[in-house]
Amino acid sequence: MSHSLNLQLKVWRQSSTNAKGHFQDIVAKDIPETASFLEMLDIVNQRIITEGSDPIAFDHDCREGICGACSMVINGKPHGPEKATTACQLHMRKFKDGDTIWIEPFRAKAFPVIKDLAVDRSAFDRIMQAGGFISVRTGSVQDANNLPISKEAADSAMDAAECIGCGACVASCKNASAMLFVSAKAGQLNSLPQGQPEKHRRVLGMVKTMDEAGFGNCTNQFECEAACPKEISVRWITKLNRDYALATLHDAVTAPLSTGGGGD
Amino acid sequence: MSALFKSLSVFLASSVGKKILVALTGAALVVFVLGHLIGNLLIFAGADAINEYGHFLQTAGHGALVWVARIGLLTCVLIHIVLTIKLTKENRAAREDRYGYSHTIQATKSSRFMIFSGLIVLAFIVYHLLHFTLHIGNNYSTLTTSIHGETVHDVYRMVIQGFSWWPASAFYIFAILMLCSHLSHGVSSMFQTLGLATPRTWPLLQKISIIYAAIIFIGNSSIPLAVLLGFVK
Ligand code: FES
Repeated sequence: MSHSLNLQLKVWRQSSTNAKGHFQDIVAKDIPETASFLEMLDIVNQRIITEGSDPIAFDHDCREGICGACSMVINGKPHGPEKATTACQLHMRKFKDGDTIWIEPFRAKAFPVIKDLAVDRSAFDRIMQAGGFISVRTGSVQDANNLPISKEAADSAMDAAECIGCGACVASCKNASAMLFVSAKAGQLNSLPQGQPEKHRRVLGMVKTMDEAGFGNCTNQFECEAACPKEISVRWITKLNRDYALATLHDAVTAPLSTGGGGD
Repeated sequence: MSALFKSLSVFLASSVGKKILVALTGAALVVFVLGHLIGNLLIFAGADAINEYGHFLQTAGHGALVWVARIGLLTCVLIHIVLTIKLTKENRAAREDRYGYSHTIQATKSSRFMIFSGLIVLAFIVYHLLHFTLHIGNNYSTLTTSIHGETVHDVYRMVIQGFSWWPASAFYIFAILMLCSHLSHGVSSMFQTLGLATPRTWPLLQKISIIYAAIIFIGNSSIPLAVLLGFVK
């Protein structure tokens, strides 16, 4: 027989981007401890709907920790208290009967609130469009060993590729910096052979778009790494810093000068 | 040429570029702080040792070297401060709405008060320069002694007189404590920003950072303490 919990929720309610928000006290009675955090919100929402009120808006999609859609700060921590766990994979058994739980949106100027807990993370899409890709024909599969790469390098790139782009790094950073996300996305491609031709352009483009979106600056406090549900390491930020300096040198000094395409 | 300047101005406008400049100027100041400490510790070797050292600094390169150092340091301090204030402002603007429930997972105290500790150190530098370099509000410039038959500035007496007034010593020690806090985050942070930290070097860099900060604190505060307690007189 599973237990159920009675909880005091303090949920951020904000009707639209420019509206003033506030914390609403909601009593969540009889929440099964087997429910996930989002299922708890579903139960609460169903009751709110039955009462004829406005349910709590929040983002979700896969509910299995891989899409990065769920985004909320639970008791001051993005995705809640569990290490390396997204909000959708967090279970109510991690809470105690009678707990007060604060639930608020990711707060950053670059992530404006759409409604309640849902925020607009399209700044991340713009950063990806500025360099988070490689421009090659992807029609057919390469011959094996066409692109020599060591196992260690491939594994390392895979570590960065684990980033699900949820934005928890921005939410937890004291400066709302997006460096962990940008560095993982750039670093993944920059450490693979396929990423080399566009490496400098990628780094400069992604950092520029990141700055324009209004994210803060990294102050090496590493809150991002601790909050990341995929445990992306700050070593990617080190690499981005290094790659940015090299890209600037390349761009300023060694890059081939464009001759207008007419041949030498 | 314009392509060169364009790249550099893009660099200076970017968050990473500004941080790299903060790290580089910080590195210069970190080296200076240690050199300055080693020189000052000569006070424990006696009056002649530190007076001779002071005289050497004043006259090296026919007195030109001290000015090169001063201008270089002042430039570093200026760049470091202007950029960090700008970065801090941007950081505040990036999160206008505070969290209702604020929580810190692993950021250290010193890392969170960098702007505060930095500005106190700045206030200290101004006071320190007025006190011991420009001799405002005191007659330290008239203190002289002779070494090898040459009349030189008596740095030794100046330091003792300066620190005999306990409020001055207390402010020095407090400021050095702030500097220590600033360095304990700043030294390792500098390597991270310059892209020189790796998973292999990071644990070592963090230790170096703390040890360096501790050396600067113990070394520098030992001088006013020694004067106040009468070990140096
Ligand atoms: S809903 Fe997909 S990661 Fe949480």
